[in-house]
Amino acid sequence: MNTDPVATHPDLQLITLDVNGERYDVVTEPRRTLVDVLRHELRLTGTHVGCEHGICGACTVLVDERPVRACLMFAAQAEGARIRTVESLADSDNRLSDLQRAFSEHHALQCGFCTPGFLMLAEGFLGERPEASKEEIREVVAANLCRCTGYQTIVEAIEACATARRGACVTPCIPDSPADKEH
Amino acid sequence: MSNTPLAEGKLVGKAVRRREDPRLLAGRGRFVDDVALPGMLHAQFVRSTVAHAELASMDVSAVREVPGVVAVFTAEDLELADIVAQLGRPLSEFVPTAMPVLARDKVRYVGEPIAIVVARDAYAAEDGLEAAKVSYATLPPVMSEEAAFADGAPLVHAEAAHNTLVDVSLFATEGIDRIFEAAPCVVEVDTRTGRQNALPLETRGAVAHWDDREEQLVLHTCTQIPHQVRTVASRCLRLDERAVRVVVPDMGGGFGQKCVVGREEIAAAAAALRLRRPVKWIEDRKDALSASFLAREQHYRARAAFDAEGGILALDTDVVCDMGAYSCYPFTAGIEPLMASAEMPGVYKLPAYRVRGRAVTTNKAPTGPYRGVSRPQYVMVMERLFERAARELGLDPVEIRRRNVITDFPYTGVNNITYDPGSYLESLNLCERLVKDEGWYEKQAAAAAEGRHIGIGYSCFSERTGYGSAAFAQRKMKVVPGFDISEVRMDTSGAVTFTTGTMNHGQSHETTMAQIVADELALDIAKVRLHQGDTDRITYGFGTFASRSITIGGSAVRLAAAKLGDKLRAIAASRWGVGPDEVELTEGAARRRNTQDVLPYQEIADIAYLQAHLLPKDIEPGLSVTATFDVFNDGTFSNATHACVVELHAGTGQVEILRYVCVEDCGVAINPQVVEGQCRGGIAQGIAGALFEQVTYDAQGEPSATGFMDYKVPTAHEIPDVLIHHLETPCAFTETGAKGAGEGGTIGAPAAVLNAVNDALRPTGVELDHTPITPETVHRALNGAPSLELSS
Repeated sequence: MNTDPVATHPDLQLITLDVNGERYDVVTEPRRTLVDVLRHELRLTGTHVGCEHGICGACTVLVDERPVRACLMFAAQAEGARIRTVESLADSDNRLSDLQRAFSEHHALQCGFCTPGFLMLAEGFLGERPEASKEEIREVVAANLCRCTGYQTIVEAIEACATARRGACVTPCIPDSPADKEH
Repeated sequence: MSNTPLAEGKLVGKAVRRREDPRLLAGRGRFVDDVALPGMLHAQFVRSTVAHAELASMDVSAVREVPGVVAVFTAEDLELADIVAQLGRPLSEFVPTAMPVLARDKVRYVGEPIAIVVARDAYAAEDGLEAAKVSYATLPPVMSEEAAFADGAPLVHAEAAHNTLVDVSLFATEGIDRIFEAAPCVVEVDTRTGRQNALPLETRGAVAHWDDREEQLVLHTCTQIPHQVRTVASRCLRLDERAVRVVVPDMGGGFGQKCVVGREEIAAAAAALRLRRPVKWIEDRKDALSASFLAREQHYRARAAFDAEGGILALDTDVVCDMGAYSCYPFTAGIEPLMASAEMPGVYKLPAYRVRGRAVTTNKAPTGPYRGVSRPQYVMVMERLFERAARELGLDPVEIRRRNVITDFPYTGVNNITYDPGSYLESLNLCERLVKDEGWYEKQAAAAAEGRHIGIGYSCFSERTGYGSAAFAQRKMKVVPGFDISEVRMDTSGAVTFTTGTMNHGQSHETTMAQIVADELALDIAKVRLHQGDTDRITYGFGTFASRSITIGGSAVRLAAAKLGDKLRAIAASRWGVGPDEVELTEGAARRRNTQDVLPYQEIADIAYLQAHLLPKDIEPGLSVTATFDVFNDGTFSNATHACVVELHAGTGQVEILRYVCVEDCGVAINPQVVEGQCRGGIAQGIAGALFEQVTYDAQGEPSATGFMDYKVPTAHEIPDVLIHHLETPCAFTETGAKGAGEGGTIGAPAAVLNAVNDALRPTGVELDHTPITPETVHRALNGAPSLELSS
């Protein structure tokens, strides 16, 4: 008797995904989205689902280092690509990255539901344009939705991280106290 | 000990880093959709496709044939009790209506749940929905206030004549009509505000399973009110309340929408009970936009009388709130009209007041609370009245407010509410000065000379927070959410676990409440941990809404921490043979005053638990204490003034916000960074309501916005940076001096934006009164086309 699930269930297929540097073999329906496979098959639940129609950006992950809406892509389409999720940002000792720390220092998250999407959006964007200006950052931040923060502190956190990465800050580039922010 | 400064003020008042952040940033939070249990099934709902109909027949047999579908249940299969929200008011003022968990014989809005489909995964559940056959005997839908009140209108609920669920007439100061007749200046506004969705980015959801060992239904759900969900679940499912455990994981926002008990989580629980398997339901965005709980659709007809100097003399208001198809639990359809009626006078010295507040039921998705509840609307109406009076009397809009804001506290208003001290005048003056100092009046004049349209608008308001039992009892609620309980427990290692009945969903309670406890016990904040959101671990609570968490929950937390501190001091004192007054708490230890004798908490805990024979007879073993807090007056009032500068673009009708300034006073800010976050986020939601978001329906009751392409949630493009300035008038009766800070931003923003737009439109002679202010409205106003705004 054939017990191969792919053979016995013709609606299933075996796909191989490269996520955060690890290889995963997944037996799944071709119609399953990348975000559902990441969350429910691989149990990488840091990536969130906010709208399932590509507007809110909560599901943003990096596919070959570019931000992608994981709700608009089938998992099968991601075969052969390098996928990075929010779980990849902290180091192996669970130390948060500079971008993650900047979000905390600027209070760029409240409920935290949209946050993984913004982190991956910023991670991809700053990788591509490390010299981005604040206006360019705001433009990119406008790609995703946040219902808690009013966006100002998200823009500031990403800008502070970019500035720090450029080594361009003379005095502390991440202020300790959230003084009135007029930029 | 009420309101004594917190011990040494080490952490309270500081921007302590959030305890919540590391896990949320690392993707290691646990939201409801992250909960996965062995054997878990997935549910979705067959929902009504028509707005108003008798259910003629329902055939779900084909659903069971769909691959992957495990079960389908209708109302008949589950025999659940209805959800009924009550007010203690006579039928002439309030008509109670029942909301069935699944529609039985009638549907009242598009999206109403009719049957629950349970399948091996969410995809198969969706497949199953398509196989359901429902036939409807359609009825004419009631889609507006006017249609609801019309003679011979179809009734949404047979028991609610004129489709009216709430009708209260309040205050009616004697002689008010004569005041209007004699007043030199009477102004009116007719204002409508759009229906909105509170729109937490995480949609609603639940995972339910039966635990045989505990003989309990465990319901993981994202709710602001875990204990109230437990009550309703136990009633609907006919279980003892102890047999239901509600567990709230991390929550992706709520803003009021998750402050009511939904039908879907009860249905999912019922399915889990039937199947004896875990059942997960996660609402999709389409359902969240069209079939969850909405808010804010109100119509005000208001007039105000002023003397020649701009002093307000009287206010007469008729407010109708379109509450949709059902009363929400626990607040009822009274939530919006009763809030508006009770509190509309706001920050102004108003001598005479009359109000009629009504809730009308229509064939739209039901409404629940949404951040600010009615206050964004009535503040906007009040501020419009003042602006109009200022124009009529030739007064500066800030000056007319200056002449009317309450300055002597406590102040008991014509609405029988006593206002505790605030900085109404100071915030107004400072806000105006900040706008002037940045040169916006000069910029406005220069722009006008170039034919551009810059406007400056203000709003002055208060935000009642810390509603205790007394305040809600006055509303005649049957569920009176007032007090809160906190337990503070120290373990043998000297670390502290404490609880609150409030329910964090972004407000940073894990941090701010820990700041309070750490200060009170002079303990490293890392040794202090909050637990909330589990009805088995938390004695009781009313959750988080109405900006009650820090005022009431935070006060209970401080009282309990102080009680534990007393016990620690008593035990240490007994060891040293001195009175407890000889002992102080410092740096994680008890210290005998003016000596070097210290007893670390760990050693005291060791005595309390492991060497109880050392305790004096009058001290019980263990280190666990409980305290409750309630407010026995009208609560405390945070206040603020907002200023908004806009530029209108004639070509597109776009309203561009050039500057936004907020001067706020929420008493002692436990964590100023968190307060600023609440202000900014609140203002963003207020701007969203003023300019962008609206739930609309076609004539048949079909919702027009079922995705984010149509329901326009503002992004970083539309939301400006906000300059925030704090004033601090401590509350005299909360234990920390804090007032609430959760809603103010949302309350003040629509009025400031609308006033700014009208200021910019001044040369055109057009005044706008409705929100959202659409580009088309602005474009028409700037280009001399007739207004599209409806009047009554």
